[in-house]
Amino acid sequence: MSVMETVGQATINGLAYLGDLTILTGRSLHAIFVAPFQGQRLRTQRAVHQAMAVGVGAVPILSLISFFIGTIMALQSAYELRKLGAMFLVARAVAISVTRELAPLITAIVVIGRSGSAFAAEIGSMKVNEEIDALETMALDPIEFLVAPKLLAMAVMLPCLTIWADFMGVLGGATFGVSAASFTFGSYIQATLSSLARHDIVTGLIKAVMFGVVITAVGCQEGLSTGLGAEQVGRSTTSAVVKSIFLVVAVDLVFTMLFYFTTPR
Amino acid sequence: MKTRHADEAQKPGSDGAAINVRNLRVNYGEREILHNISFDVKAGETITILGGSGSGKTTLLRALMGLEKAAGGAIWIHGKDLCCLPPPEMAELRKKFGVSFQGGALFGSMTVGENVALPLREHTKLDDSTIEVLVRLKLEEVGLSGYENYNPAQLSGGMKKRAAVARALTMDPEILFFDEPSAGLDPIIAAGIDDLILKLKRAFKMTIVVVTHELASAFLIADRMMLIDKGELIAIGAPEEMKANQHPRVRQFFDRVPDPEISVDDDFLDRLTRNLRL
Repeated sequence: MSVMETVGQATINGLAYLGDLTILTGRSLHAIFVAPFQGQRLRTQRAVHQAMAVGVGAVPILSLISFFIGTIMALQSAYELRKLGAMFLVARAVAISVTRELAPLITAIVVIGRSGSAFAAEIGSMKVNEEIDALETMALDPIEFLVAPKLLAMAVMLPCLTIWADFMGVLGGATFGVSAASFTFGSYIQATLSSLARHDIVTGLIKAVMFGVVITAVGCQEGLSTGLGAEQVGRSTTSAVVKSIFLVVAVDLVFTMLFYFTTPR
Repeated sequence: MKTRHADEAQKPGSDGAAINVRNLRVNYGEREILHNISFDVKAGETITILGGSGSGKTTLLRALMGLEKAAGGAIWIHGKDLCCLPPPEMAELRKKFGVSFQGGALFGSMTVGENVALPLREHTKLDDSTIEVLVRLKLEEVGLSGYENYNPAQLSGGMKKRAAVARALTMDPEILFFDEPSAGLDPIIAAGIDDLILKLKRAFKMTIVVVTHELASAFLIADRMMLIDKGELIAIGAPEEMKANQHPRVRQFFDRVPDPEISVDDDFLDRLTRNLRL
């Protein structure tokens, strides 16, 4: 097979995969927003259960990572700002980078590791054990029953986790600011608040919702396309993590460009 | 193709048949697994699908449940053509199915009671206490009274199969499908599963389709049996007719005779080197 054929085939496969993700997401969104008005059940209890697993379970590790990232950002920016005698800008640098970019991205990566992989493994195991077939023979649509509650939980919990990561990141920056940059805690928080516009937080939260959708779609799609055997479940899980990270970064790029070119200067 | 079959015989389902299969072909990718299979199952009848490993019997069962699409031919369940049913009608039809999968296919994230209750919670508006009573009733029927709060992982193989039967019975199905109900079970537990199927057959008069390769079990529970070999329907009939059938593959299967070993050196060499680029 020539290089052109290989590239062409890979492009077709990639587009087909994106098509599958779009169909899965579309059917899940239909189950969440349209089907309840057509007399079908929205499985809120399953969604709440998922939200607890996805959201509450991620808080400790996300808190720690966001705190460290905030501190690292403060250290890195102080490294250059110190040369310019502009240490008072540390709070601003941390606030903007954390709320716009780092908090949504780090949250997404933590959630991919904890929940995206778990979705693929859970649904993949169900596929191998014929539980997906059992759902179908019970006249239950696996997408409505399994995927839609996960999507709802992720779309709600990712922004909540991102807000928490914003807070912990700023707290991490404040730790450095108070201990090494002549801020008081109050003045650091004041500097943070005065440097943030609503737009900074909102763009981060919009990204978080999109990341939640992407992570759910990839995790569930990988699970549903699992082949036969336990080995395939492992492959699906690995594939879900790798593809989710790639697609989250790609979606991040698209939305960052969109916000850059559409924001009035 | 549908019109041609409709012309060939009376309308499917009109003769009281629960299942009509005509010239069914099923493919996995490029490979054809089932070749032109045709048979009928009468309402209230118990039919066993026999065949060796890899013969295509489980694929046939999956096609009957609408889990595999037909590459050709047609399947009618209660006169409804599976290939052309829109999803809502397919869902309504499947509410009349009860399925016991080979490994049970119980949901690991739910207790046994929640597994059995699931179809009732999803498809009825019964209150919790009524559902709980019905769950206990179904578990009682399969001899698993008191196991509502167990996880499927805590059950033995035979108990899992019985729990799966309880779940399959929850909606009082008209057609019950069993995939290898006795596979992997010791003779005593397997006999228990056979007894359970016989009890269901007598008590509820439901149509039962059982895929198995256990001969003793098949002869015990079947009104009719069919033998599938390499994706083809070799023979179908009442147990006595099948016992008297002189088709070489039927005789080989029932007399438990292994395939003859290749004695000619050239044939053996051919088998070893087939598909190799030498």
